[in-house]
Amino acid sequence: MAHVITIDRIRCDGYGMCAELLPEMIELDDWGYPILRAGPIPHQLVSHARRAVDVCPVLALRLRTAVPANARS
Amino acid sequence: MSDQLLWFTTRGAGIVSLILLTAVVCLGITTAIRWQSSEWPRFLTAQLHRNIALLSVAFVAVHVVTSVIDPFTSLGWAAALIPFSSYYRTIWLGLGVISMELTLAVIVTSLLRDRIGRRVWRTVHWLSYAAWPLGVVHGFGTGSDATAVWMLAIQGGCVLAVGLCVIWRLETDRSARRRAEIDARGDVVPWV
Ligand code: SF4
Repeated sequence: MAHVITIDRIRCDGYGMCAELLPEMIELDDWGYPILRAGPIPHQLVSHARRAVDVCPVLALRLRTAVPANARS
Repeated sequence: MSDQLLWFTTRGAGIVSLILLTAVVCLGITTAIRWQSSEWPRFLTAQLHRNIALLSVAFVAVHVVTSVIDPFTSLGWAAALIPFSSYYRTIWLGLGVISMELTLAVIVTSLLRDRIGRRVWRTVHWLSYAAWPLGVVHGFGTGSDATAVWMLAIQGGCVLAVGLCVIWRLETDRSARRRAEIDARGDVVPWV
């Protein structure tokens, strides 16, 4: 089962902590707002992703389990 | 001897709680300000804030339990849970009880943050600004060591630390507001 991170752009306040904890998947733009890398989170990064979701002070991030594209009807 | 042991434990745990909760408040404010440096990333502040808060629960619990079971004071559980119900130092103990209960509310809502939603969590979190000073006043009012020089130094240090953090936060909020106003007026081009 693949995991993806989703972000609520309205909530995000640009605290930037997520990028510190998951630099493999999250970059910050010049204003400190996160840019997510597209695609599922590699297996070995899931626990880091969980921690990044956890640390966001405004609960803007969610970790979802994605249904693989080919399984969708 | 064992009575005395309980009594010393109560005092020690109270003092450690004060120091830990002071650190928690300062780290919380530092998180809100979004301060960081090249050696100190922001998640470190946030995680320390949380973990020290959880650690402080243990010390507050020891502080309360040992003072209740200490046969010398024979406070009883009601005195530890219902504000101002204690025959012994009613006001000072009552403030401590309120402080503990507010702190508990802040911590429990933080643990349930995902479920209760951000607005409730944040609103309850503001109670920290009441809980901490109440705890300080409780310690100053009834602490057995409160007027010893070393304890005065600890209390002074804690009040100073939180005071400076609050000033820092107010200043940061003010300059952020000013920057937002300038941006909104649009007569300054902040970037090209
Ligand atoms: S930690 Fe949360 S608020 Fe901060 S940049 Fe990431 S998503 Fe936005």
